Amino acid sequence: MARITLSNLAHSYLPKPRGEADFALKEMDHVWQDGGAYALLGASGCGKTTLLNIISGLLRPSRGRVLFGERDVTDAPTAERNIAQVFQFPVVYDTMTVRENLAFPLRNRGRDAAYVEARVGQIARMIGMEGALDTRARGLTADAKQKISLGRGMVREDVNAILFDEPLTVIDPHMKWELRTQLKRLHREFGHTMIYVTHDQTEALTFADKVVVMHEGRVVQTGTPEELFETPGHTFVGYFIGSPGMNLFEAEVSGDMARVMGHPVPLGATYPPTGGRVQIGVRPEFVSLADAGLPVTIRRIEDVGRHRILRGEVFGQPVNLLLPEDRPAATGSAFLQLAPEKINVYSDDWRVQPVGARRAA
Amino acid sequence: MTLELQGVSRVVGGRVHIHPTDLVLEGGTMNVLLGPTLSGKTSLMRLMAGLDTPAEGRILWDGRDVTGVRVQDRRVAMVYQQFINYPSMSVYENIASPLRLQGRSRAEIDREVRGVAEMLKLTPMLKRKPLELSGGQQQRCALARALVKGAGLVLLDEPLANLDYKLREELRLEIPRIFEASGAIFVYATTEPEEALLLGGNTATLWQGRVTQFGPTPQVYRRPVDATTARVFSDPPMNFLPVTKTGTRLSFGHLANAPAEGAFARLADGHYLAGFRANHLALNRHSGRAVAFSCRLSAIEITGSETFLHLVHGSDGWVGLVPGVHEIAPGSEVSVWLDPAHVYLFDAEGALAAPAAYALAA
Amino acid sequence: MDKSWNNRAWFLVLPVLLLVAFSAVIPLMTVVNYSVQDTFGNNEFFWAGLEWFEETITSERIHAALGRQVLFTAIILAIEVPLGIFVALNMPKKGFWASLCLILMAMPLLIPFNVVGTIWQIFGRVDIGLLGRTLTAMGIDYNYTSDWLDAWVTVIVMDVWHWTSLVALLCYAGLQSIPEAYYQAAKIDQASRWAVFRYIELPKMRGVLLIAVLLRFMDSFMIYTEPFVVTGGGPGNSTTFLSIDLVKMAIGQFDLGPAAAFSIIYFLVILLVSWVFYTVMTNLDREDRP
Repeated sequence: MARITLSNLAHSYLPKPRGEADFALKEMDHVWQDGGAYALLGASGCGKTTLLNIISGLLRPSRGRVLFGERDVTDAPTAERNIAQVFQFPVVYDTMTVRENLAFPLRNRGRDAAYVEARVGQIARMIGMEGALDTRARGLTADAKQKISLGRGMVREDVNAILFDEPLTVIDPHMKWELRTQLKRLHREFGHTMIYVTHDQTEALTFADKVVVMHEGRVVQTGTPEELFETPGHTFVGYFIGSPGMNLFEAEVSGDMARVMGHPVPLGATYPPTGGRVQIGVRPEFVSLADAGLPVTIRRIEDVGRHRILRGEVFGQPVNLLLPEDRPAATGSAFLQLAPEKINVYSDDWRVQPVGARRAA
Repeated sequence: MTLELQGVSRVVGGRVHIHPTDLVLEGGTMNVLLGPTLSGKTSLMRLMAGLDTPAEGRILWDGRDVTGVRVQDRRVAMVYQQFINYPSMSVYENIASPLRLQGRSRAEIDREVRGVAEMLKLTPMLKRKPLELSGGQQQRCALARALVKGAGLVLLDEPLANLDYKLREELRLEIPRIFEASGAIFVYATTEPEEALLLGGNTATLWQGRVTQFGPTPQVYRRPVDATTARVFSDPPMNFLPVTKTGTRLSFGHLANAPAEGAFARLADGHYLAGFRANHLALNRHSGRAVAFSCRLSAIEITGSETFLHLVHGSDGWVGLVPGVHEIAPGSEVSVWLDPAHVYLFDAEGALAAPAAYALAA
Repeated sequence: MDKSWNNRAWFLVLPVLLLVAFSAVIPLMTVVNYSVQDTFGNNEFFWAGLEWFEETITSERIHAALGRQVLFTAIILAIEVPLGIFVALNMPKKGFWASLCLILMAMPLLIPFNVVGTIWQIFGRVDIGLLGRTLTAMGIDYNYTSDWLDAWVTVIVMDVWHWTSLVALLCYAGLQSIPEAYYQAAKIDQASRWAVFRYIELPKMRGVLLIAVLLRFMDSFMIYTEPFVVTGGGPGNSTTFLSIDLVKMAIGQFDLGPAAAFSIIYFLVILLVSWVFYTVMTNLDREDRP
């Protein structure tokens, strides 16, 4: 096991990249701590799979180095890196039995039969397939095949890291719960470094201790699920995490007061003067209907079971808010109150760090 | 416009794919087929489209029997999970293709194509080829082709399943708007309860080739007729525990009990299965009537704003969803609270014996 | 709840049945007819019963031809299948070179059989052929018209040249359908090159390989044109395979009865072997399923 360091890493699929736009992965430095559970979250084409393939050695970066512990593995082939990977679609060796599938990575490394047998039994129990060890993998369901893939990823105790590339894509919602908890448990039990690539925020947030959010080839924020939710470092993080995403309003900010089209909105902290395009962001969870405040027109109410989503407009800008299941709601004109402590200020899409607490009102 | 299924079933090689089903779908409605993989959603859609012939029963279109009518002769459009477009044609030509088949005039085609492209935000991409577009745009193109046809029945088979989470959210928002404008019967298959709720309209829950319930989506969600429907329409899965009613009391195991109020009071004494959803569990005594349960925490998942608790209560596995971030070590004992007003009672056969009190109020 | 049967569907099959009757069944019946009769010309026929069948089964001449045929088919299968797989494994996966490879590989398949024969007939000639002259110049005593071994080598090399592409192209198509993730997983599992072939590539190629072997078996077992053009079945009878022998018998000697009986047995042998082969392969496939 080892810490994984990416230093000055960048990658372009073109042989002679000209500008920054040619890079699928913009220059970055990042350290994956030993034993951490990480998620790499972003939309399709944001570079997350490129990054994963660089770590696993399936791709050689155009620039920069990859270090496992102190060892530079930038040019080392996949097999030497001692990592495991689980892919989006189940990869199983069809002609082998479940047992042979699980034993394959160990046998290839010449482990003795008794050890292999014991370890395979242990993993099979963990993925709940001890009863099916001698069935051929070919005829199994997608769920079961993906469990085998997960098991094969776990079977080696000495791996540096286990990489997951959207492993639950083909799994039914009910089964996702089971597999996700299993992964969590396996992480707790074995303490492997795990990197989990996904576009699904729920999967990322629930799996990881630290989530790395990528956007257009760049890491825009790394943080705990709570940090990403409370203080998104970039408007993209605000939009991408949470459903619906964060509300953004064009605003002018001075000190601890923001103005949206002239309407005052108190902030929870004092902000330095900023240039560029200034916006305030607040999550739908922290917006409520009130007797006074920002004028809003509610256009639509969606009942999503445990709460309602109210969709409306504030001066032509879309706004969403959440109401608890048992609270009545109606379309039409109303006023919004934004929780001051939960408002973030953005300048040209990046979060502005407040300079001090809010002055007494 | 009405599509009516009368006792329609489908049997393939001796295996029943769809049990005899009755359904009436009205024009201008969104109808969600909700169920796990292999529950029969696609089979049912194929029957509606006329791609398969039912083993039994009749399919009526505005009262006219269309059971044996070929799919080509029905006004049906279909959108699949895979993005299916003609790869060598531009987006414009893709959308125009069903109209050309109908032999419409050039001016008419142009008007319709541009109209639907505008609605689906495809106007800037009309000259491009489908494979040059993102997944979301490709699926929009397929949707546009289905809409422009002016079909009376539009079938969408998990159309968003291959898209990114966020894109799904955006299209989910657009689809009800699009369908409201068209007036056709929409049928939408999905495995996700949340998607059904967001789409609204009516929902039919499917389980092992059977439609277990059909009705307005929020009603099916809040007043499931049986435990199967409740299970299908819950994500995280619905939690269950056995209860006994004796006189005026409900006892949840030997430790917790509560007065049997409202609909519960009228039930006969005996054993029932109580079901409740994850978000109705709480870590504090949130209501005066709440009953406490002692559970072991097997895993915890934090989403940033909420916490999922994976609990073991006796021999049952439960999931709790509570607001806020809670750091609790897995393996520890926790007390969770449940308001009996959020509990559904099912009888031994799984049929609903008494709905949750809150659902009656909502 | 049984599925309702609609017998009208049979009418849809009728045109095909008629066509097959004219193109296959009636000629076949004619052959059956000849096989149980004897004729001395003048369109006079005599009942011969199973005499011709007995004669065919016991004929040493036909036994020899059958022996040569089996040997030939075995050799070309043993060469073409592994060679085809090997070529397919080493073809570029995509890009310009992949297209070029595909075109080059398809070339031999597009040449008519008698032209293939003629090409090799000339190519191998000692007086004017490039191959023949070169080999002679190198001091190798090569002459396919006089030496039986040379004739065999020539015919086999010709067949390999002509048909390995087919096996390779089919295997290539099978290989192309393997998702990249399988190779990546194998790298991560530290699988050897052999293990990748054995557990990923071969299982995925099995379906097409079955078709390739079946096609090559049937085709090579019925081979006629190319060896006939090159060697005419010689020297002696050394390259007289079953169909060459059959044609000699039917057209050369006008022994219609024995030739007809021979044809029927020939046909049944191919049918039987193909059926056995197909059943064995598909059963192997089924055993894998739980």
